[in-house]
Parts: sequence; structure tokens; C-alpha cells
Amino acid sequence: MSADLHQIWVYLSASPLAGLTLTLVAYQIGLWVFERLGRRPLFNPVLIAVVLLAAVLTLTGVDYRTYFDGAQFVHFLLGPATVALAVPLHNQFEQVRRSAVALLVALLVGSAASALSAVALVWAFGGSLVTLLSIAPKSVTSPIAMGVSEQIGGLPSLTAVFVIITGIIAGTFGSWVLNLVRVKDWRARGFGMGVAAHGIGTARALQVNEVAGAFAGLGMGLNGLATALLLPTLYHLFWG
Amino acid sequence: MLGTLTLLLLCQLAGELAARLLHLPVPGPVLGMLLMFAGLLWRGHVPAAVQETSSGLLRHLSLLFVPAGVGVMTHAARLEAEALPILIALFGSTLFGVAVTAKVMAALLRRTEGDEP
Repeated sequence: MSADLHQIWVYLSASPLAGLTLTLVAYQIGLWVFERLGRRPLFNPVLIAVVLLAAVLTLTGVDYRTYFDGAQFVHFLLGPATVALAVPLHNQFEQVRRSAVALLVALLVGSAASALSAVALVWAFGGSLVTLLSIAPKSVTSPIAMGVSEQIGGLPSLTAVFVIITGIIAGTFGSWVLNLVRVKDWRARGFGMGVAAHGIGTARALQVNEVAGAFAGLGMGLNGLATALLLPTLYHLFWG
Repeated sequence: MLGTLTLLLLCQLAGELAARLLHLPVPGPVLGMLLMFAGLLWRGHVPAAVQETSSGLLRHLSLLFVPAGVGVMTHAARLEAEALPILIALFGSTLFGVAVTAKVMAALLRRTEGDEP
């Protein structure tokens, strides 16, 4: 009996099925907790799922690579999802065109403010160069951030972690900070979340208000583009 | 749904190919998004099937970040050694970025829209 169980365990822990299923189950638990506890931003479903999965993997001794063999099917969908952002962008195109100047200026200022302040703070508090380069693109959605990180000499997998933590921080404290600086316009609130905190910020903005969600999606797409174009260029300008 | 998924993948593939062939600094999926956006502009509207599938995909957008997030495990040593600069930088820059972007945008919107009757 226990030999059978052992064999089943050996099979399952090495098969992609386990990693994939665990990811979905952990996320469902995260969503359930989030809904049950009154949709408080502190109970971020991504945060709960990541903590649960890391705990399960650590306890069972399964390494991340084995887990990712299964979870990569979920991860892969980030590509098509990025392409799919063209749809909300198109839906809001009229409103976007009307506030084009405000959007463009806020995009450039916000994008630079996020990246430069992150780099400056790592430097000021004595972080390493690899950490500094890996943190620069952390405001944009992971496929883009990882690509940029690779180009400027960071660690793409470390960048992915920074990207997620950035999203969780904005999802958790974003509304609070927006109230603090007294921004009431939903377009501006959403755009701020999207520019500074990509998909997780956008997911949070979508929960709060539809207009905010649309502008967050736009901010995420535009900053993805701006960061992909500007950061490697800036890097080559300064570091050669 | 299958048609839209195929379309999304084709756009992504075209984006990847263009990025590699032309040595562009932009990741493939972003070029794919631009391509898709250009296609939608050309079409003039979003077909119902495309709308439905992409909304479905984007509704669970945050799920797609979970596998990469679990990667936090593999960087435990670095995160521990540089916990202070990393935490301060992530918290500071994220909240600063959200606030600055929203504040600038709100101020500019007020100005441009205040001029109109």
C-alpha cells in the first residue's frame, strides 16, 4: 500500500499535471479567501496563491523547476494575454484620443518616476548592481519586464519576482495612497495603477471601477511599450 | 474562442518574428498587441467572439502571474541578503509611481477640460 502511494507520489511530483493543478487550486483558494473576507486588498489572491505554493513546494521538497514544468502552461498565457490588451485599448480609443496629451505626459513622468526612484532607492540603501538592474523594469507586465531585464543585464527571474511584489503592493496600498494625494478622477486613478503596477494593478482597478479598469489596462500597455523602448536605450546611453 | 486564440497566437508569433528579424528592443507580445490593435482599427470594430475570449483571458490576468511569483523561492538568498534596499525600493517606488502618475494625469485633465465650455 505505502509502496503504491510512494510510486504515485514519484509519478505525480514529476508530472506537469501536479504543478498545473496546484497553481489553479492555490489561486482558487486565494480568490475564495479574498471574497470571503470582504474583498479587502490585503488578501490579494496572487499573494495568497504564491505563499501557499511556496509553502507546499518547500514542505514536499519539490524544486521550483519541476513545479514550473507544469505551471508554465499558465505562465505561457501571459503572451496571448498581452496581445489581448489590444481589445480594451481599442474599446477606449475615443476617450483615449481625447485625453491623449494628459495621458502621454502622465505616462512619461510616471514611468520615469517609478523606474528611477526604484533604482535610486536600491543604490542609496546599498543593494547590488544585479538587483539594481533587475528592479528597473519592475513596473511593467512580466513578459516585457523580463525581456528588458535580460537586455540591460539583470536577472529575468529576479525581475519577475519584483514585478509580482510591485503589483501586490499597489493592489494592497494603491487606493490608500490615491486617497492620500486626493486624486478623485477615475481615469487618473486607474491610469496610475496601470502605469506603476501593470496587470495586478489593473486587475485591482477593474474590481473598483470600470473606467478605472479601462485606463489601467491602457496605462499598463503604454508603459509596457514605453519601458521596452526607453529603458534599453537609456541604459546603452549611460553604460554604453 | 478557438478562432480568437489562434488570432492572438498568430499576432504574438508575428511580433516575435519581427522583433528577432529586425533586432527591435521591444518584446514580441507587445509588437503582437500593436499588430492586433492595428487590425482592430482597420476592421473598425471588435468582433463579438474576439471581445468575449479576450475579456475571459484578461479577467483572470492575475492568475497568470502566479507561476513567476512562486519563483521568489529561488531567490530567497538574495532577497534575504538585500531585504532592506529591495523592500524600501519596491514600496517607495511603487507608491510614488502610482501617486505621481495619477496626480499629473488628474492635473492635466482638469486643465484641458476646464478650458472647454
